[in-house]
Amino acid sequence: MTAVPTPGGIPAAPAPGEPMVARPARPRWRETLGLLVRDRTAATAGLVLLIIIVVAIFDETFASQGPNEQDIPGRLQPPSWSHPFGTDDLGRDILSRVILGASVSLKVGFLSVGLALVVGTLIGLFAGFYGRWVDDALMRIMDVLFAFPAVLLAIAILAIRGPGTSNTIIAIAVVYVPIFARVTRASVLGVREEVYVRASRSIGASDFRLLTRHVLPNAAPPIIVQTSISLAFAVLAEAALSFLGLGTQPPNPSWGLMLAEGNEFINRAWWLAFFPGMAIVVTVLCFNLLGDGLRDVLDPRQRTLMAGGGR
Amino acid sequence: MSDILVSARGLEVHFPLRGGKGVLRAVDGVDLDIYRGETLGLVGESGCGKSTLGNALLRLVPPTAGTVTFDGTDLTALGRRAMREMRRRAGMVFQDPFASLDPRRTVAQTVSEPLEVHGLRSGRRERAARVGELLELVGLDPAVAGRYPHEFSGGQRQRVGIARALAGEPDFLVCDEAIASLDVSVQAQVLNLLRRLQRQLGLTLLFISHDLSAIRHISDRIAVMYLGRIVEIGPASAVGSTPQMPYTQALLSAVPVPHPELERTRQRIVLRGDVPSPAAVPSGCRFRTRCPAAFEPCPDVDPALQPVGTAPDHVAACHLHGVIGTPVDGRTAEDVSAAPVD
Repeated sequence: MTAVPTPGGIPAAPAPGEPMVARPARPRWRETLGLLVRDRTAATAGLVLLIIIVVAIFDETFASQGPNEQDIPGRLQPPSWSHPFGTDDLGRDILSRVILGASVSLKVGFLSVGLALVVGTLIGLFAGFYGRWVDDALMRIMDVLFAFPAVLLAIAILAIRGPGTSNTIIAIAVVYVPIFARVTRASVLGVREEVYVRASRSIGASDFRLLTRHVLPNAAPPIIVQTSISLAFAVLAEAALSFLGLGTQPPNPSWGLMLAEGNEFINRAWWLAFFPGMAIVVTVLCFNLLGDGLRDVLDPRQRTLMAGGGR
Repeated sequence: MSDILVSARGLEVHFPLRGGKGVLRAVDGVDLDIYRGETLGLVGESGCGKSTLGNALLRLVPPTAGTVTFDGTDLTALGRRAMREMRRRAGMVFQDPFASLDPRRTVAQTVSEPLEVHGLRSGRRERAARVGELLELVGLDPAVAGRYPHEFSGGQRQRVGIARALAGEPDFLVCDEAIASLDVSVQAQVLNLLRRLQRQLGLTLLFISHDLSAIRHISDRIAVMYLGRIVEIGPASAVGSTPQMPYTQALLSAVPVPHPELERTRQRIVLRGDVPSPAAVPSGCRFRTRCPAAFEPCPDVDPALQPVGTAPDHVAACHLHGVIGTPVDGRTAEDVSAAPVD
């Protein structure tokens, strides 16, 4: 009998009585990515975000004009071919400022969420895994932080540390740490009790190994979803703080700051506030849609449903 | 006497009850010796503490009292390093093969974990070769090493679990209901695999199950557990054919006989009521509330294991064979006919 090669190139040689599932081994993340691409909404959101990120990284290439290049005679021009988004009260090209503002907004978003992700996940991991007094001590601190309204807490931190981009990142991170800690802890509490964690313990695996190889990877899906959604809120928070004059300082461009500056001219020149506002809306919406898509794809029950139903 | 690998003395595992006072006596005073190279079957109803006992023997659950000795060393006194070496020498196979394998790790990663933890094979290639050997040993195609657990059937997963347990070349293997959640046709395959491995590798096996037929099939000796205590223990043939304690008799009478005429004449002893809560253990003999043969000394004296039947090493804790044991608090030894033995 000749061996029939399976698509993965692995010979299907099942033990008699136990049919082997003839399916090539495929890493989980690739399967996840495949399902995500099939979710049109999430895929589109991801694509748009990718474009925004590329534009933000190569901002100086895409911007036709320096962010602070003024042209007083050409101030408050409506959108035209030479200035697709118009010019502001100092004659600066709004398209260029929106592009350059993207890097500021996204930098603040990614760095603050990244910081909150690392710190919050570690806190949640330890609290959930060790329980008892470790859990009590860490989570009570998180509760205290969580008790403050988010923007109020950020404003308080900025008021103490002074305005500026790096302080904005820290302020937003502090606001999000308890959220990541809670999400991680809840997820870890479930994974901790899994038999495969006990099984690893029974063969003598250290706590570090249990945490990094078994607990964290299996507790990750809700954290990934939370990251995506938090990015949306962080961009919004940066805009809000800059709008209030506590975040990015003029003349540097930032979407929130541009919104605040355009506010004065809203009756005469709508484009000053409209385009940065749209940039915020599109970015936040895309992060949210991507988060929703990830949540569906990373839920194992949903996964089976989607893979089987072929939606 | 042949030599003892694992030994428990006065082992107790109590869990504090949530909220109010009181404790759940999962394991409540167990003395047990497991001989090197034997298969000991541990049988009992759900919730009688047999899994907890298995876990306590490997120190996966901290004992409340008593000692566990593994190959001459007291486990309760082991340091971190010695404990890790002990973990290599004792493996565990879990009940549910769907829950006991990490869904995000390939078969190769799962099986090679003990090798990495104990530094048994240096180098990726040598570990991969060892994983292949182990997979072959449990009857799996080494080519499946790169696959994930969800691609396998229950029986195949259990084979992976067994391969993992064997990776550290252990002396002692605890199979905690290892076949309970498998299809009946696959149960026999896994049972025979375990028996083959036990002989081939000279393993000492503690086979925990509520399935008496499986226990009789695989065991050299059988221990019967009831409410956290071992109530009868002896050679498989003796316990299986001439049980001396009413509880064991009732358990055995519930096993169908694969012979139509004998099956028709099978006398079932149906026990009344449920197992009492391990949080409120009856005084004296803990089986007396359901025992069809209970008499006066049963509530007053906690029976000790005593030699019964004709086979050597067959012991049971039952007053029907002579009232021996510890009188319940508040009564003097004169109240009961036998002197207390402890």
